[in-house]
Formats: sequence, structure tokens, C-alpha cells
Amino acid sequence: MTSFVLNGKPVQVDVDPATPLLWVLRESLGLTGTKYGCGMALCGACTVHLDGEAIRSCVAPLSRVAGKHVKTIEGLSDNLSHPVQRAWIEIDVPQCGYCQSGQIMSAAVLLAKIPKPTDKDIDEAMSGNICRCGTYPRIRRAIHRAAELGAAKVSASNEPETTMASGIELAATESAATSLVVEELSGAEVAR
Amino acid sequence: MSAPAMSNRRSFLKTSAVAGGGLIVAFYVPGVAAALSSQAPPPQPLLPFAYVKIAPDETVTIVSNHSEMGQGVYTSLPMLLNEELQADWSKIHVESAPVDPVYNHPVFGMQMTGGSTTTAGEWEHYRKIGAAARLVLVEAAAQQWKVDASTCRVEKGIVFHGPTSKKASYGSLAEAAATLTVPATVPLKDPKNFTLIGKPTRRLDTPPKTNGTAQFGLDVALPGMLTAVVARSPVFGGKVASFDATEAQQVPGVKAVVQVPTGVAVIAERFWPAKLGRDKLKIKWEEGESANISTTQMLADFSAQSASPGTLAKKTGDPQGALASAAKKITAEYDVPYLAHAMMEPLNCVVDLRADSCEIWTGTQFETVDRANAAKVAGIPPEKIQIHTTLLGGGFGRRANPESDFVVEAVHVAKAAKAPVKVVWTREDDTQGGWYRPMWHDRFAAGVDASGNPVAWTHTIVGQSILTGTPFEGFGVKDGIDSASVEGAADLLYGIPNLQVDLHSPKNGVPVQWWRSVGHSHTGFSVEAFFDEVAHAGGKDPYQLRRTLLAKQPRMLALLDLVAQKSGWGKPLPKGVGRGIATHFSFDSYVAQVVEASVEENGNVRVHRVICAVDCGRVVNPDTVKAQMEGGINFGLTAALKTEITLENGRVQQSNFHDYPMLRMFEAPVIEVFIMPSEEKPTGVGEPSVPPVAPALANAIFAVTGKRVRRLPIRPSDLIEKGQANS
Repeated sequence: MTSFVLNGKPVQVDVDPATPLLWVLRESLGLTGTKYGCGMALCGACTVHLDGEAIRSCVAPLSRVAGKHVKTIEGLSDNLSHPVQRAWIEIDVPQCGYCQSGQIMSAAVLLAKIPKPTDKDIDEAMSGNICRCGTYPRIRRAIHRAAELGAAKVSASNEPETTMASGIELAATESAATSLVVEELSGAEVAR
Repeated sequence: MSAPAMSNRRSFLKTSAVAGGGLIVAFYVPGVAAALSSQAPPPQPLLPFAYVKIAPDETVTIVSNHSEMGQGVYTSLPMLLNEELQADWSKIHVESAPVDPVYNHPVFGMQMTGGSTTTAGEWEHYRKIGAAARLVLVEAAAQQWKVDASTCRVEKGIVFHGPTSKKASYGSLAEAAATLTVPATVPLKDPKNFTLIGKPTRRLDTPPKTNGTAQFGLDVALPGMLTAVVARSPVFGGKVASFDATEAQQVPGVKAVVQVPTGVAVIAERFWPAKLGRDKLKIKWEEGESANISTTQMLADFSAQSASPGTLAKKTGDPQGALASAAKKITAEYDVPYLAHAMMEPLNCVVDLRADSCEIWTGTQFETVDRANAAKVAGIPPEKIQIHTTLLGGGFGRRANPESDFVVEAVHVAKAAKAPVKVVWTREDDTQGGWYRPMWHDRFAAGVDASGNPVAWTHTIVGQSILTGTPFEGFGVKDGIDSASVEGAADLLYGIPNLQVDLHSPKNGVPVQWWRSVGHSHTGFSVEAFFDEVAHAGGKDPYQLRRTLLAKQPRMLALLDLVAQKSGWGKPLPKGVGRGIATHFSFDSYVAQVVEASVEENGNVRVHRVICAVDCGRVVNPDTVKAQMEGGINFGLTAALKTEITLENGRVQQSNFHDYPMLRMFEAPVIEVFIMPSEEKPTGVGEPSVPPVAPALANAIFAVTGKRVRRLPIRPSDLIEKGQANS
């Protein structure tokens, strides 16, 4: 039996402790937002937070997380209120969407550590996450936007309480960010 | 693949009540399937196969007959429908269609997603459904109020009658509307009155793709479901000779080990024990005749074959005579490798097979074909099989497999599992699983006159046929020419008076398939890179020579001028940075690009900026067009800089992202997209930005290094001082 804290709640799982965390999350705990892409820590689709650090859950044995805090995409916010999620929605980053949980989890840690990242910071923090649809320009824009939206205040630290409190604080603006209204986006330029 | 004409078709719209009240509108086009498909299904009952459902709680459910694989159709199809329906956009939900002929692609006569045809194909169809639903809803209100429907108007799902100040919501009218008959003719808006089409619109599928709730095939879980991984032959077409599963069966969680036609399946409680079990299998293979395949040898063979002309695909004027009398002759050979699609979500398929029915959950682009192929294996009629199309974690053509390889195999495993089962392909399985973009060799000769203008152009193409053996063979392969092998080469927009394109279609055991932009993925590169060579040989600026030869192609010419202007063509760049230009017409859309790149001392290529202009006719969602241009450019850059599938002794030599690497964030350029306003009918968007980027990059590298890139992926060793531009 392995015990750890998952998205702020204690969990216990009775799985071979050598099993990669990714498959424990997906198959034993039913949290399928964390994705399998390569199984070799090459693509970042499986990125989760372990005590506030971004790790590749496909190569992390369950035993490694015993007694620690794990956060998955499902735990980032319960209402799409995390600045990274808000920026992702505002800029319409995803295409197929499969890699985006991992992208978002990597971006959240970057912003927790560097509230106002430069393009070089983004290159360094995000180059472990592959997007086959090629959404990189939008990921970059969205990270800068999330920085503006106050990612600095939302910590991806190992204290879940902090995140929860920030999440509630930000929830007031959530409906504006997620309502699917038709509006002018700044993105597409039309030749004149 | 060009689209057959869609005019003159008769269509029927039907309304019906749904259980619990509400309106559904179904749409059926009789005869189209029969005209376009050799295995035309008989007309099916119209209902309950809805395209739009309006519930008393105001929810509007729009059913998508096309798969969402990132290209944005779960937003653009609702935009088409709601342009006419005029429901409250915030009440719209999207569902994937079940498999039924009523959901067939209006052009291809089968249920599928591909060829960059969704918007073009559904352009009229989805608007008509929306208009029909609006008409009956308004009529229901008018009857209730005893007024003339023409005196009512609609705004955000509310019907208003101005003179009496009455109003009623779609939800409250849905039940009454369901009893009405759709008029015989359903008029559509004049495009100048569009309020939704053409407006940048946020994707409906973004929120679930940012909180982990989006459901891909790999996320499907059924009660009692088992998970299987399959050990497949290391050589294409190989068969199991014998196997020893003793150790595999000892892995805790492994339930069964069974032989299936493609190999040996390890069926377990979950993925991890299934994979551990597979690692412990001992299998002897009968490798068969593909065990001697070597891409090194194939490259030499293709080059040799290209020395003699193949089957004629296109001939205008007297190319040989014009070549012989040209002031200057230029020749070159180009090579591109096999490529895997490498969708981020590896292939997978869930099958629940019962005695006389079957349900399948998978991310597929090819529902009709998958159902037919699954039915043969399951031994039940296709009508007894339902496919639930999940979101696709990338498709790029791989999930439209003519043999339904990943579905058929899963049905075989389900027969043995005697329980619902999910077959999961590992990244290695997916990379080595075949169905690649073919390897191609192109041999060119061109002649220019004394003033440097091209007078002759010959192009010999060598590579496997993709369409042969697929449902598209009938109209895609004629007189020995697979249109997908010569597209982008035999239909050049450039005005060259003497032109010849011919084709060799060698056969071998490597399974090949369409890959984002299909034949254009190689012709775009070879034609546009060679064009640059011809321009320089004749002492012409590559942009200016394109201008001259596109004089009769105003749509492309406008894009060419636009990217030249936006990139500052001809103006100085920082030292060490070069500019390259390319155009390509594909999927009925026009794209021009300029790439700015530099080459480091070690030969590494840096792509700084890509300027892209597209004319894809009338635009439905400009932000989606922009996203597809951006994505296609990065997809094309991965092919230009990174990836190749090679085989030796019949074995694929790549397996995962360490040796089949993708473009990453630090390598991704700044991309600027310009969309040409147009009132022409919509054309393809998902693929056309891929072909021009590799040649524009190759031409930029020439501009800065003087070295020609004639093979992909671009190798640093080809670009460093002591290296050879082409070996």
C-alpha cells in the first residue's frame, strides 16, 4: 500500500510500487487528464507536479511519491481559474489537445518559479514538452499572458492550501474567461 | 484528390420529436453515396440520426459527422449551422456522430475526415440544416401566435414578433416545431449578411482540453475492461512461427496470452502488467520476404529507376526538344524519406464484442471503412457495430487506415479476451507500425533560354502508390498514375511551355499511407527547391521569376507579393541570415511562405521567422485558419529538419522520440500569418501550409550558405564547410 497526497487529498493505492505513477493515476485512480505519449520522459505529455516540481510521471515509480504531494491537471483548479488555464482559453492554444495537460503543468511550474519569464526562460522550461500539432507560438504567447494574469500569485508550491486559496480568489473572474462568446480575437490578421 | 461536383443533388430534411420533448433535425442526401461509393449502403431510416437537437432546457446539440483531431471542426461546423439557426452560441454543445450513411461525407460518400475537405464539403450542408431548424421553430411560434412567420425574427435563440411584442425561446418551441414539416426549399443567407462566419471564434473544445476532461480513445474505461498490448512482427508481413508465454503469464495481472493474426497479444488487468508481460514473451517469427528491405538499397534503386522515364502523367509542348535546344540545362535529384505520423496519442482501440453486436470506441478518421472491416472479423453485419468516435490526439492521416489495422486487430483481441478490451500501442509500436508517408526520389531537368526564362521542365517521380488498394483507387488512380503521387508536380501553376511529369510506382512490403498533405509533402519540397535552382541558374531573383511565371494565377501572385512585401524581400538581413521563398497550391488552397534562417558553424539550422499567406476561399473561423497555418508550418519543419524512418534487414530503425525527434519549443520560429479575404467557396486549411515550408527553408539555406539542400531531413553534415551539399 502506497500513500500520498493527490490534488490535496490523501490517497492510498495497492499497486506494485514499481509501476509508473502515470498508469497508477490513469488506471487505478481514474485521473485520465495526465497522458501517455512516450514512456521515456521524452515528450512531457505525462507531466505532473511532485512537491511543486514538474516531473514526468511515465518514468516515476509509484514508490517515489510515497508521502509526498502530487498535483495533476485535474487539481490545478476546479473551475478553469488558474491563470495558465485562463490564458490557454483566451488564446485558444490547443489543437488536438492531447499534449496540453503536460504543457499546462510545465507552464504552471515555470510561472511559479519565474513569475515573468523571458522567451529564453520559456524555451528552457518548455522544450521538454512536445506538441505535434505545433502550437508552440500560442503556448509562448499564453505563458506571457498568464504571467500578466497573475500567475505569480498562484503558486505551484508543495502547499496545496496556498493553491486552493488562490484558486478561490481568482474564481470571481472565471466566467468571463471561459464563456464561449463570439468575439473579436486579436490573433488572426487579415491582409488588407 | 479533387471533389466531384456537388450540385444537382436532392436532399431531404426531416423533423422529429425526441423523448422528453424537443426537436431534432435530420438530413439525408439520397443517391450521393450510391454515386460515389462502390459499396453504397441502401437508404437508411432517417431518424433518429440527427444533426441538431434542441431541448426544452434550451440546450442545442450539434452532431459532428467529422472527427475532431485538432483542426477545429467541432467549432467550425457549429458555426456553419448556427449562422442560419441563430441559437444562443453559449448553449451549443457538440457530439460526435454515430456511424450511419446519413453522416457520410457529402463528397466522398462515406463517413470520414480527411483531405482537408470538411469545411468545403459541409459548407452548404450544415447551413441548410440550421436554416431548416430555424424555419420550423419560427413557424411553430407563428402558429402559436396566429401570425405570419415572415413577420417574426430571431435573435440568440428567441423568436420575436414585433407588432405584438410576443417572444418565445427555441426550447419552449422545440416540441411543437418537431411536428412540422420542413419546407421543400430552404433558402440560405446572402453571405454579406453573415454574422458568425468569418468572425474569429473561440473553440468550443478548448476548456475541456485545459482541465483534463477531454476524452480521447486512450481515456475510455468500461466496467470489466481489460487492457492488451500486442507483440508484432519486427518485419512487415511477418507471422508468428511459435511462441513461449510461460514467463509472460507469470506476471501478476496478466490474464491471457493469445495469438492474433498480427502477433501475440498479452491481455491483462491494466496496461503496465500487459507491457511487462509482453517484454517477457519469447517469439519466433516467420519473417517472410520483407526481411531483406533496406532503405539504403531502395534509395539507390529509386535513383537508378529515375534515370529512365516512367508512365506519363503530364505532357505539354515538346519538353525533350526544348531541353535539347535550351541555352542552359539544369539537373538535380531530390530525396525524401519514409515518415511516421507520430500523433501524440499513440494508436489505441476499445472493443466490446458480444454475441450479435459490437461497440467500438476509438479516435478514427474512417468510420465507414472501420465498421466494414470490423464486421468481417467479428462475423456480424456492419449495422450491428457501433463506433463511438472519441477526440483524436492527432490524426494526420494515420487514423484513416484503409485496412483499419488498429481496429481490426483490436476486434481479434476482443474475440479472445471474452471481455471488453482496450488495445494500447506503445510509442515504439506506433513508430514502427508502418503505414508511412512513402519514400520518394525526384529527378529533374530544366532548360532556360538566353534570358534565363525556363522553357523546359521534366520531372521523374519514383515512389510507392498510396491510393492503390484504398476506397479512393477508383477515382484516384487512372492509367497507371496515382494522382496522389504526382499532385503538386503535374498541376504546376507556373507557366512553363514544355513540361513533362512521369512516374514509377515501385512495390515493396512497406505499408504506406496518406500523411498530412499526402503527395504534396514531397512535391512541394522538390518542385519549389528545384525552381530556386533554375532561377539562380538563369540569373533570376527567385521571387521575381515566380512573379513572371504566375502571371496567369492572380490568387497565388497576390500571396507571393504579400509575403515578399511583409518579409521585406530584397532588403538586407542581419549577417548570417538568409531568406527563402516558396509557393504551393494544394487542397484547392493557395499558400506562399518566406522563411528566414541561419546555419550555425556546426551545421545546425535555426529557423527564425516564417511569413505565411493563405487564400483558402471564404474563411469560416479566421483563428482556426491561423492555427492550422502555424501548426502545419511546425509540422513541416519537423519533416524538414528532424525525422526519417529507415529500414535495414526489414527492421524499422527508429522507435521513440529520441531517434524520431520532433521540433521543440526552442526551435519553433516566429510565425506570421496573413489570410487573403475572399468570396470564393471555402477550400482546404488543415494541410496546405505543410508543403511550402521545407523548400522555403532549403532556399533560405542556399541564400546564406550557397549550399543546396536536396534531401530531407536536412543534415548538419551537409551544411558544414567541408561537407557536401548533396552526396
